[in-house]
Amino acid sequence: MKTKVALTGNEAVAQAMKQINPDVVAAYPITPQTEIVQIFSSFVANGEVDTEFVAVESEHSAMSAAIGAAAGGARAMTATSSQGLALMFEVVYIAASLRLPIVFPVVNRALSGPINIHCDHSDAMGLRDSGVIQLFSENAQEAYDNMIQAVRIAEHPDVRLPVMVNMDGFITSHAMDVLEVLDDETVKNFVGTYVPEDYLLDAQNPISMGNFDMYDFYFEHKRQQVEAMKAAKEVIKEVGKEFAKISGREYGLIESYKLEDADVAVVVLNSAAGTAKGVADELRAKGIKAGVLKPRVYRPFPQEEIREALKGVKAVAVMDRAETFSTCGGPMFADIRNTLYDLKNDIKVVNYIYGLGGRDLRLEHVQQVFEDLENIRKTGRVDETVKYLGLRE
Amino acid sequence: MTPYNPFNRNFGSGTRTKAVRPDMKWHELTRAGNIYEPGNANTYETGDWRSIRPVWNKERCIHCLFCWRYCPDASVIAKDGKFETFDYKHCKGCGICAKVCPVNAIDMVSEDEIEKVKEANKDEN
Repeated sequence: MKTKVALTGNEAVAQAMKQINPDVVAAYPITPQTEIVQIFSSFVANGEVDTEFVAVESEHSAMSAAIGAAAGGARAMTATSSQGLALMFEVVYIAASLRLPIVFPVVNRALSGPINIHCDHSDAMGLRDSGVIQLFSENAQEAYDNMIQAVRIAEHPDVRLPVMVNMDGFITSHAMDVLEVLDDETVKNFVGTYVPEDYLLDAQNPISMGNFDMYDFYFEHKRQQVEAMKAAKEVIKEVGKEFAKISGREYGLIESYKLEDADVAVVVLNSAAGTAKGVADELRAKGIKAGVLKPRVYRPFPQEEIREALKGVKAVAVMDRAETFSTCGGPMFADIRNTLYDLKNDIKVVNYIYGLGGRDLRLEHVQQVFEDLENIRKTGRVDETVKYLGLRE
Repeated sequence: MTPYNPFNRNFGSGTRTKAVRPDMKWHELTRAGNIYEPGNANTYETGDWRSIRPVWNKERCIHCLFCWRYCPDASVIAKDGKFETFDYKHCKGCGICAKVCPVNAIDMVSEDEIEKVKEANKDEN
C-alpha cells in the first residue's frame, strides 16, 4: 500500500530507515544531516524500531562502530555530511575493503574551508575512489527509494559493499516535497533479513577480519573489490526491477531524459537535474533537441549505459558541483570524457562548474549552458572547455 | 531474492578457503583477506627479524615466569610452571624478558656472536 505524504528529504530518509529497522545505528550530528538521526532517535526512544542506537563522539567513531556491528553480523547504518564524511574517510575505505554492507545517507554539503554548510558534491567526490557504491538522488522520493534499494544492493552476495545514498544538502534535505511512501510490511519484506556469510559472532566458525596483507596479496584483494563493483552494476538493475513491482517506479543506473534524438545534452547529478529537465522541456517546445542525462549511480560508473545514451548527441555539457583542482575540470567531466573517447566521433564535451558552497543554480544558468551547446553544435568550435556558472568573474 | 547470473555465487568475491597458496589467483583467495584458520600467525617466522637474542642462564633462573608473562610475542615457552625454552622462531629480540628478570637470568646476545660460534663449531666438525 502506498501513501502520498509531504516530507522533507531528511524526514523521508528517516522514514526509510525506520521501515528498514536496522540492528545498529551509530551516528554523530552535522548540518544538514542532523535531522535524519535526530528523527530516527525519536523512533528509537518511542520503541518504534528495534535498533540499538549508539551516540558516538565523532563520525570516525560512527563508521567504526557501524563496521564493528556489521562485522559482528548486524545490519548497521550511519549518516553524515561534508566534514563528517571527511573525518570518517579512513574508515570508509575499511568498510569497503572488509566488504561490509553498511548503508549510509550522505547529505551533500561543501567541504571547508572557508566553512560552508550548503550544498555541493565535494564531500561525496572525496570518496569516489573509496570502493563504496554511490547512489545520487534528485529529490525526496528518490532518496527514500534509494535507501530501501541500497540495503538489497549492499547485502547481495555478489556485492557486499557499503552504499552511500547522496542527496543535496538543504535543497533536498530540508525542502518539503511530495512523495509516495510504502507501507512498513512491504519494505520489511523487500529488504528481508540480513544473512551474513561471514560474521565474527559465529562461535562455530571462528574467523579473523581486517587482517594484515603484504605486497604479495594486497593487489589481489583490491581486484576482488573491483569485481564486486562490476557485479553491483547488474545487481542494481535487478533490484531496480524488483522495486518497480512494489512501487511502480523503476530505477536503473542512469536516467535518460529525451536523449533518443537529442542534439545537445547536459549531464548532471542530484537536484540540478530537475532544473535541467525543466529547461530542456522549454527548449524542446521551441524546437531545440535538448536532453538530460542523470547518472543515478556514480560509483560504479555506468560507462556502457552512458556511452549508449550520449552516442548520438553532438555537444555535451557536464555540470559538476565539485572541483578537482586538477585545472582540467570537475570529477564527472573526466569520467564522461573517458567514457566518450572510444566513440571516436566528433562529439564535443565541455564542463561547467556550478553551485559550489550552495551557490544557486538558476534556470538562466542552464539556459546559458544549452545556448553555448547550440553554438558549439552549429560552429563546431569550443572556445573554453571548462567554465563556471554564477561565478563573479 | 532473485538468484544472480552470469557470475557464479562468490566468484570475484573471493573464497572461504582455509589454506591460501601463492599460486592462487585473485578470485581464489579469501574475500577481503579474511582468515578462516585460527592461529595462522604461527607460520610467519618473525624470529628472522632478530639482531639480539635472549639466552637463558639455568643456574640463576628461579622460574618466577616474569619473562613468560611480559613477553609481547608469546615466545617464552613454559611447562609445568617452569621456564622451558625461548621460541627462537618467533622471538624478535626486544629484550623485555631480560629487563624484567629479577635475577638477571637472561642475557641479550648479538646474533652475530651466535653466528660466529655456530661457524666455529661447524669448522670443528
